[in-house]
Amino acid sequence: MAVWNKLKITVQTTETENYLYKNSFDVEGGNFNNAGSVSTNIKSILKNMGLPNNIIRKAAISCYESEINIVSYARQGVINLTVTPKTVEFDIIDEGPGIPDIELAMEQGYSTADRQIREMGFGAGMGLYNIKSSSDIFNLSSEVDKGTFLKIIINIP
Amino acid sequence: MKLSDVKEILDADVIVGTEKLDMEVKTAFGADLMSDVLAFAKAGSLLLTGLTNSQVIRIANVMDIAAIILVRGKKPPVETINLAKEFKIPLLTTKYILFETAGRLYTKGIVGCLEQVEDHRANN
Repeated sequence: MAVWNKLKITVQTTETENYLYKNSFDVEGGNFNNAGSVSTNIKSILKNMGLPNNIIRKAAISCYESEINIVSYARQGVINLTVTPKTVEFDIIDEGPGIPDIELAMEQGYSTADRQIREMGFGAGMGLYNIKSSSDIFNLSSEVDKGTFLKIIINIP
Repeated sequence: MKLSDVKEILDADVIVGTEKLDMEVKTAFGADLMSDVLAFAKAGSLLLTGLTNSQVIRIANVMDIAAIILVRGKKPPVETINLAKEFKIPLLTTKYILFETAGRLYTKGIVGCLEQVEDHRANN
């Protein structure tokens, strides 16, 4: 078990063994100019590892939407990437307001986005739905006024 | 067709990527909502959009978009232009509205990167 101590929020995740790649990327909340740069970086890492294009595509969609969510709503967050021979896994943890009603947040079209987020071309209530559609395992948990933890696994066939 | 043909058909200005006009393109996707571009756009397609911020370039990079066509005469901010140069993604701008841009390309043989969305996405 690993505990992420970097942020004030504590999340327990299962330690993945036999990984091919593992790294942690910081995402700054509210920094709209850089939004998407971590995902850009992660996509090129996955490409350089020679993963199949459809896997890279799913990972890129999941990662990008998650990054936009951190930038849009949280104070700060971390995207932890683990690649194993059979999976691409993201542990996405943020420190922020959390999600009071996850079921509602998952609905297509439901959004609490402000003008700034919408001007970037997001905030239409599609993000979480897109992530779920692109992943094989999607596990979202949140504590109001603390933060949100999203576990995403994409299987490599 | 070649990107140079796209430029011709749309009477477009090339902002970034004059050296890449020989590139072949067959498909396109048009949207202003970046979440939809992420969900539906296919690698190697043209992206037709009215959005001009740097998200368009970052998304195009992540999704392996061939070239971006800004519609409705949009002029991108300098950060967007610089990022397009950095990622070597051609950036063109046309005065045609999105509907006209798509229609003109379609009649010349460019097709959608997908025809319809899958049922599970439309049903909600």
